[in-house]
Amino acid sequence: MASEGAGAPVADVRLEHVVKRFDDVVAVDGVSVEIPRGSFFAMLGPSGCGKTTTLRMIGGFEEPTEGRIFLGAEDVVGLPPYRRDVNTVFQSYALFPHMTIEDNVAFGLERKGVARSERAGRVAEILELVGLGGLGKRKPKQLSGGQQQRVALARALVNHPRVLLLDEPLGALDLKLRKQMQLELKRIQHEVGLTFVHVTHDQEEAMTMADRIAVMNGGRIEQLGPPQELYERPATAFVAGFLGASNLLPGTVEGPGAIRLDSGELVRADVNGRTGRVAAGVRPEKIALGAGGGANELAGTVSESAYIGVATQVVVRTKAGVMQVFAQNAGTGGHVLAPGSPVTLSWSQDATFVVDDVGGTDRDEEEVT
Amino acid sequence: MSATTADTAVVTSRLGVGARAWRFVKRHTLTVYAALAFIYLLLPIAVVILFSFNDPVGRFNYVWQGFTLDNWREWDAVLGLREAVTTSLQIATLSTIVATALGTLMAMAIVRHHFRGRGTTNILVFLPLATPEIVLGASLLSLFITAQVATGFGTIFVAHVMFIVSFIVVTVKARLVGFDRHLEEAAMDLGANEWTTFRKVTLPLLSPAILAGALLGFAISIDDFIITYFVAGPTQTFPVFVWGAARVAVPPQVNVIASSIFLIAVTIAVVNVIISSLRAGRQQQGA
Repeated sequence: MASEGAGAPVADVRLEHVVKRFDDVVAVDGVSVEIPRGSFFAMLGPSGCGKTTTLRMIGGFEEPTEGRIFLGAEDVVGLPPYRRDVNTVFQSYALFPHMTIEDNVAFGLERKGVARSERAGRVAEILELVGLGGLGKRKPKQLSGGQQQRVALARALVNHPRVLLLDEPLGALDLKLRKQMQLELKRIQHEVGLTFVHVTHDQEEAMTMADRIAVMNGGRIEQLGPPQELYERPATAFVAGFLGASNLLPGTVEGPGAIRLDSGELVRADVNGRTGRVAAGVRPEKIALGAGGGANELAGTVSESAYIGVATQVVVRTKAGVMQVFAQNAGTGGHVLAPGSPVTLSWSQDATFVVDDVGGTDRDEEEVT
Repeated sequence: MSATTADTAVVTSRLGVGARAWRFVKRHTLTVYAALAFIYLLLPIAVVILFSFNDPVGRFNYVWQGFTLDNWREWDAVLGLREAVTTSLQIATLSTIVATALGTLMAMAIVRHHFRGRGTTNILVFLPLATPEIVLGASLLSLFITAQVATGFGTIFVAHVMFIVSFIVVTVKARLVGFDRHLEEAAMDLGANEWTTFRKVTLPLLSPAILAGALLGFAISIDDFIITYFVAGPTQTFPVFVWGAARVAVPPQVNVIASSIFLIAVTIAVVNVIISSLRAGRQQQGA
């Protein structure tokens, strides 16, 4: 995307084969990544995937067992947090309860030796930026969760760090506030132009905010790329399942553009050099009900149909497996299909992605979010 | 509003005498119970204070004879009393300061660090609290004799530090267990080194627990008789002095000192309440 195009000469953060072991447990297993200056980078994955540990190693709260971490050109492994030009927004906010909001925000500036008069101005300015002007004299306890979150953000931003680390910063907020803060964080990032590294388990949050996302699983990066690429072309079954819903059909590669499904049908897809056992995937909203939607067709019967406003969610039983379909209700009337009625599903070759075989057993547990 | 009151009045008048009596009992039982409990707690102290104004004829201050302020005016008229009180205050102050510093660090070590013998230390710290004082006192005395340490001010001080440390460790540990480590990480993240983090974040947040432990330790040190009696040697603290005096005479000045300690403690508590309510009020105004 935009941040990649211009070719950033120096990455703001660079990890080289970083490994972290806690006793016998490998939390991070060989992560290498470059985060360009000014980008909004998200690390996405389920709990225990190593994303928070990776963030804490960048911040200096954990030391890597192996590998190197660079901030700009400087190798920061071994440096304590207070010697690293990064600031963190903690999941629990970690506001100092015995200090006022102003003193909380001024804490970093005070440590840097910024003069008192200048401190006051910068604190007021940053509180204004996060929409908390005039609340500086209060104590953290007197603010709501959303306001505390903004204070935590202001306290980190006011120092103009090279990189801002965000550890599930919106996790404790309710849904409505979270949506609002997602857009606001994005706005603030544009305004201050800093590199943001954001850790989350919420795929929607990552897709809304980030320029680039690293999907992590089991201590490794499964796939790294802009949100659109991860969604349209997931490289692994895990990524396909973690970002949105998908239908995966196990089969075998039969040529550069074709996969023979286990049920016998042929599916057209760009196999991207893969051979042997694979799974052909397609997103539920890219499937058309009826023939003519593209090169790939499967016949089946409707087993469930649910009208959910913007779309109708249809579950279709085919020989290849159970398929989820989201039919957009763009016209009027909607698609009301009675259970048991026969239907043909069709989708294009472009909409088909190929991942390594998932084993084909957990198909029915696939969850539509 | 008035209509409702009238209705209630009608209902009340319709109730029988028994029911009304029952309602009275129900409403006031707790008050009476609380009042009795307070009397039970405070009566002995009231007697101590009252008898500090007694004008006893004989050597014993046990029977009320008449009111006088002389005991308060000449509180140190009794030989050795002033020295004993001074010694008690010195020992309590010194041992509390030393034990607070030691105990706070011990609590941090036990909660924060995984070292060899951590579990053992945890149990050992409790031992002075769990061991009968008479056993502790006797053992300490034989220890000092064996080691040929002359008993006196120094040995009292060491003994008091030992048991105050336990109180400090227990109170500070409780506070540390619920301490959000992210607060310290946040401080370091914002550029504070270890010492600044401790001074600006850890210590201020632990201070209520440290203060509570220190006050408790001070009070127990001032009050301790059994252990002190064993290890005091020729030195007399206030409790040891009272014990000695009680066998030949109890001057009312003893009550004066006891009353003073009580009054000082109450004053500190009241001032504390006033300050914190003022502070709370100011915060609400700021809000």
